[in-house]
Amino acid sequence: MNLKLDQQTYWLVGGVIVLLVVSSLIGWVLSFRVKDDKGRATVQNLNARIRAWWLMVAVFGVAMATGGIGSVILFSLTSFMALREFITLTPTRVGDHRTLFWVFFVILPLQYYLVAIKWYGLYSILIPIYAFLFIPIRNAIAGDCQNFLERTAKIQWALMVCVYCVSYVPALLSLRIAGYEGQNGKLMFYFVLVVQISDVLQYVWGKMFGRHKIAPTVSPSKTWAGFIGGIASATLIGAALWWATPFTPLQSAGMSLLITLMGFAGGLVMSAIKRDRGVKDYGSMIEGHGGMMDRIDSLCFAAPVFFHLTRYYFT
Amino acid sequence: MMQSLLAAGARFISGVSARWVGCVPDSRQRIYFANHTSNLDALVIWASLPTFVRVLTRPVAARDYWVKGPVRRHLANHVFHAVLIERKKPTAHDNPLADMLAALGDRHSLIIFPEGGRQTGGELAPFKGGLFHLAKDRPDVEFVPVRIENLNRILPKGEFLPVPLLGSVTFGAPMKLENGEGKVVFLQRAQAAVQSLRQP
Repeated sequence: MNLKLDQQTYWLVGGVIVLLVVSSLIGWVLSFRVKDDKGRATVQNLNARIRAWWLMVAVFGVAMATGGIGSVILFSLTSFMALREFITLTPTRVGDHRTLFWVFFVILPLQYYLVAIKWYGLYSILIPIYAFLFIPIRNAIAGDCQNFLERTAKIQWALMVCVYCVSYVPALLSLRIAGYEGQNGKLMFYFVLVVQISDVLQYVWGKMFGRHKIAPTVSPSKTWAGFIGGIASATLIGAALWWATPFTPLQSAGMSLLITLMGFAGGLVMSAIKRDRGVKDYGSMIEGHGGMMDRIDSLCFAAPVFFHLTRYYFT
Repeated sequence: MMQSLLAAGARFISGVSARWVGCVPDSRQRIYFANHTSNLDALVIWASLPTFVRVLTRPVAARDYWVKGPVRRHLANHVFHAVLIERKKPTAHDNPLADMLAALGDRHSLIIFPEGGRQTGGELAPFKGGLFHLAKDRPDVEFVPVRIENLNRILPKGEFLPVPLLGSVTFGAPMKLENGEGKVVFLQRAQAAVQSLRQP
């Protein structure tokens, strides 16, 4: 896949770097100004998150620079990490073992291979149809009937969220948009930027003004102020980035609103699963953020919807 | 070189993060005793140790499993220098305790599984007496309880292909045989120590 690294790409990357520099400075200043222990813990976590962001941006930047294949590899590894966190948290039985082997070592690589060769007709149905049928068949052959439907459903759900949904991010590179040929890297960058900046802004608005919780039983950190402030400001940023996309400013605002709302919903759903399993985070691989799944929960839900709307209206 | 590669591979497949809650990594002589649910247990505990401790630490493993096939035999003898013991029918000539004491020497540490075999039910089996005899013969050695989680899902008993879920290894506070402490009491105390490291 030939991705042009044009002037606009450099503007996007440069903008993110400026943002990170500013955040790092703010974090540094805050670390001198906090007085009490609770504030100190918050600022330490904030600075750990910012450091992790530098690393994540660097990895994403390298993947982008290598063109399409780097992005496919990056997101396949992301899926792999998320899937192992998710299945670890989901009670499975010995009877699921062989099925899980297929899930990790055949279905996941195959999905990303199909994305890499841009076979839309198959990658869009591989997991919803073929894996959906294969999993119960393999589990039935294994012969363990206890909680059969529940176990089968959990594995299927894990595949849908961790692999299928995430694979729509690099799949953005295969969309053929008239007048935007070879520029899809910017579309992917735009999508990831809006999703993640919405997460960050919801966190910032929530920390500064958050009082009333939206769903106290599901997530203690989601507040109305965080939701409204975060969604609105991320949508404005998304709209202001229209020049890097095939959209008009108004269309870009609409797309960003959609991305941020789906992202919020994804965070909420993945939180509900965590609460049910009695954990705070899916893992601990990204310092300050928790596990991979904690970082990409919003991305999972936003990617397929963004992909299909763009595909329907712009190709 | 080979050791580091194997250790890195084992850490990747098992996703293991070592948690040192009761002590810190140290090159002093120790016997790490752990619960046992998977053939990967010995390898994973060994791999989760920092290099300077790992080079001195030898897993104690079942001979009947590790001499099968050239790959296993090579790994056991030349890569992680396992102490292979006879667990089916010990004789005076083939005494596991003597083998373990000899392997310990004056600088090595051991990883042992006092339940004697892999458990599938999730509960700890009663500990075998060997742990007590080791403690009695070597009062200078620290006995470190180790709790290993999720390895039975990564490679369950009877399976040969691992599924890469996330495991964990937790190291507890070292213990020693108290003055006049009997076998039953010591073994129960050791078992309780492993049990108490279970993650919430």
